[in-house]
Amino acid sequence: MDENFVDLIVTSSPHIRDKAKVSLIMRGVLIALMPATIAGLYFFGIGHTLGVIIVSILSAIVAEYLSCLIFRKKATVYDLSAAATGLLLALTLPPSSPYWMVAVGAFVAIILGKWIFGGIGSNPFNPALVGRAFLMISWPTYMTIWVKPFTQSVFPPTNAITTATPLNIIKLKGFSELLTMFDGSRLIMYKSLFLGNVAGSIGETSALLLLIGGIALIAKKIIDWRIPAGFIGTVFILSAVFNRDPIFSILSGGLFLGAFFMATDYSSSPITIKGRLWYGISLGVLTVIFRQFGASPEGVMFSILIMNCFVPFFDKMLPRVYGHFAPKREG
Amino acid sequence: MKEFTFKTGGAHPEENKLTKDSPFVPLAPPAIAVIPLSQHIGAPNIPIIKVGDHVKIGQIIGSANAFVSAPVHATISGEVVAIELRPFPLGTKVQSVIIKNDFKEEWVSDLKGIESLESSSKEDLIKNIRDKGIVGMGGATFPTAVKLSPPKDKVIDVIVANGAECEPYLTTDYRVMMEYPEKIIKGLLVEMKITGAKHGIIAIETNKKDAAVLLEENVKKRELDNIEVVLVKTKYPQGGEKQIIKAVLRKEVPAEKLPLEVGVIVQNVGTLKAISEAVFEGKPLIERGVTVSGSAIKRPGNYTIRIGTTVTDIIQQTGGLTKKLRKLIFGGPMMGIAQPTIEVPVTKGTSGILFFGEEVLEMAPQDEMPCIRCSRCVDWCPTGLMPLLIDHAWRREAIKLTETLNATDCIECGVCSYVCPSKRHLTENVRNAKQKILKQRKIEAAKQAAFEKIKALKEKKAQEAKEKLDEGEKVNG
Repeated sequence: MDENFVDLIVTSSPHIRDKAKVSLIMRGVLIALMPATIAGLYFFGIGHTLGVIIVSILSAIVAEYLSCLIFRKKATVYDLSAAATGLLLALTLPPSSPYWMVAVGAFVAIILGKWIFGGIGSNPFNPALVGRAFLMISWPTYMTIWVKPFTQSVFPPTNAITTATPLNIIKLKGFSELLTMFDGSRLIMYKSLFLGNVAGSIGETSALLLLIGGIALIAKKIIDWRIPAGFIGTVFILSAVFNRDPIFSILSGGLFLGAFFMATDYSSSPITIKGRLWYGISLGVLTVIFRQFGASPEGVMFSILIMNCFVPFFDKMLPRVYGHFAPKREG
Repeated sequence: MKEFTFKTGGAHPEENKLTKDSPFVPLAPPAIAVIPLSQHIGAPNIPIIKVGDHVKIGQIIGSANAFVSAPVHATISGEVVAIELRPFPLGTKVQSVIIKNDFKEEWVSDLKGIESLESSSKEDLIKNIRDKGIVGMGGATFPTAVKLSPPKDKVIDVIVANGAECEPYLTTDYRVMMEYPEKIIKGLLVEMKITGAKHGIIAIETNKKDAAVLLEENVKKRELDNIEVVLVKTKYPQGGEKQIIKAVLRKEVPAEKLPLEVGVIVQNVGTLKAISEAVFEGKPLIERGVTVSGSAIKRPGNYTIRIGTTVTDIIQQTGGLTKKLRKLIFGGPMMGIAQPTIEVPVTKGTSGILFFGEEVLEMAPQDEMPCIRCSRCVDWCPTGLMPLLIDHAWRREAIKLTETLNATDCIECGVCSYVCPSKRHLTENVRNAKQKILKQRKIEAAKQAAFEKIKALKEKKAQEAKEKLDEGEKVNG
């Protein structure tokens, strides 16, 4: 024991930790978003669309870095949460968004959506959606220009053909009008929606690729299945009740992107198991109400932002504690 | 074989059972033994020898009259050189008897076991277990004789032999099952006889299936149809008393109650072996199987070690360290206690001693990051608690809130801290909250008692004064 001396550290148990890290979780989210991102680039052209994504991510990272300076916090850029917010914001934007607007959105998302509440883990609202809502209200025209797939291939996007999103068409002209765009075949319409060959924001169109990413996140235990299942399931059932095509309803708009990647944002979603299921269901109800009765065709974003306010309520749905036979309600 | 598990929460840390295939090897008795006088939960023992006395192996050196206690025996023969405060594995210092070994290995002469289980009374058996100093060897060190003497109105239906050993690294129980299956069964039969329990269940994790097969063979050989061997899923904390009851019996122990409330006693397999040796061979608890493991020890293995052997001795006898020792853990990595010194001795509750080098800084990073509300701690908690909320409440000193959030139900298994991606000290803070609440309750109870006393006294005085007044009126009237 001569050269091998003893220098003991005393810490509280447990003495081993899982490999899970915030940066690894965020990296998982970024990877899970890749298929949908690539689909966005494929459908809306690599040039400008890629620019939107890069500007959004970089602006979010810069905003995060500046916030850390301003609020005198340890730099949290490396936890990748800002990058994830930036990518998520980009995926909710129209492919033809001007770069300056994207940058403003990312700054609002990070600063107004996250840092004024205290940074990661403290934001009551989904930061990316705060950014998007801000843009939606400030520059509604830019936020409602929808590019037809495969027409925006050059940079800058001057020759892109604009069109309406499927939900838009339903709102303005009705379901039968929409169907004629797909040669009157529901099957062709479902297929286009499932693969993503429709107008919409960069990352929302391909239900299939969003589903792959979402299932990967569930399998990796990064997100809980209850929120997307409750959300999408409720939209499916309730749409049928309102006589809307249920399959069309779950495949169109930002539902899959919202259900798998937005509603599951840790800080703005419930921490209780039961609460998460009810949160998902409530989101579904609200989304269908917005779509059916609202002035705008889509309701996923505002549903999530509104239900974010009710998260403290869902957090009261405490699990039953071992050895306690009647559930305790106070929290 | 049937397979069971508990449903709520639980994790599966890397098993690292490096010493699985190393049979028990006896370590030489130490030149100096440091034997803590109290090694159990309950009333402290009083030394019944004095400095200068010569003691023999198996001689009682400390005992107490209290019901909840267990005597301590000399584990080597030799001279008592001191009785003083020495480091104890719980992080405290306790009165310990220091014996200098004469290496004659003299045993006390009057040790003998019972003739047969049939001819012995319940009281005899309990007395044997008590006198031989048997305590729970899984780590809780509750006196076994007390555990086996439930209040008259409680009926014990089942004894569960706990062979789950869910802590990573530890292989003590596994080796006991592989090497002494017959003693485990005999110990279980003793407990069933004492308590009148009709069933015995031996529960073993699926990663130790060979032990389960071996035990089942032994049960069949003895034609015992009231003992069943079952498998439980390899999942931490499967070996927790409450979790194993839930797993194999589908029953829940009510909050703040003992398993006997639902007619169950859970006993670690190592303890059952010790019971068998105490009852049938008259052997007191002077040594135990210990897993010595970790990256910083040259020869990891399972060793039979005399109680009172210090870590310094163990390091020397097992070939020394391989690198600078940065962490010394008594117990497993999930619930074990980090020691500040290598002068601590093996006690009745020491199931494992782990040695780690510089890598502990990576194994358990201590820098906390902000909580991101991922709720992994909630999803993984085997008790159904909200560790992050209790942690938040504790940090802003809202003790009342931690109580409402049932912090006292925490079993301190460590899963919440283990799974936290922000490496927050959840287990530590929930434990702090729990201890604070229990302390406050004690103070509250004492206050209440004092208040009652004062009230009674005041009433008595008032009564006396009134009587006096009445008398005075009588006189005046």
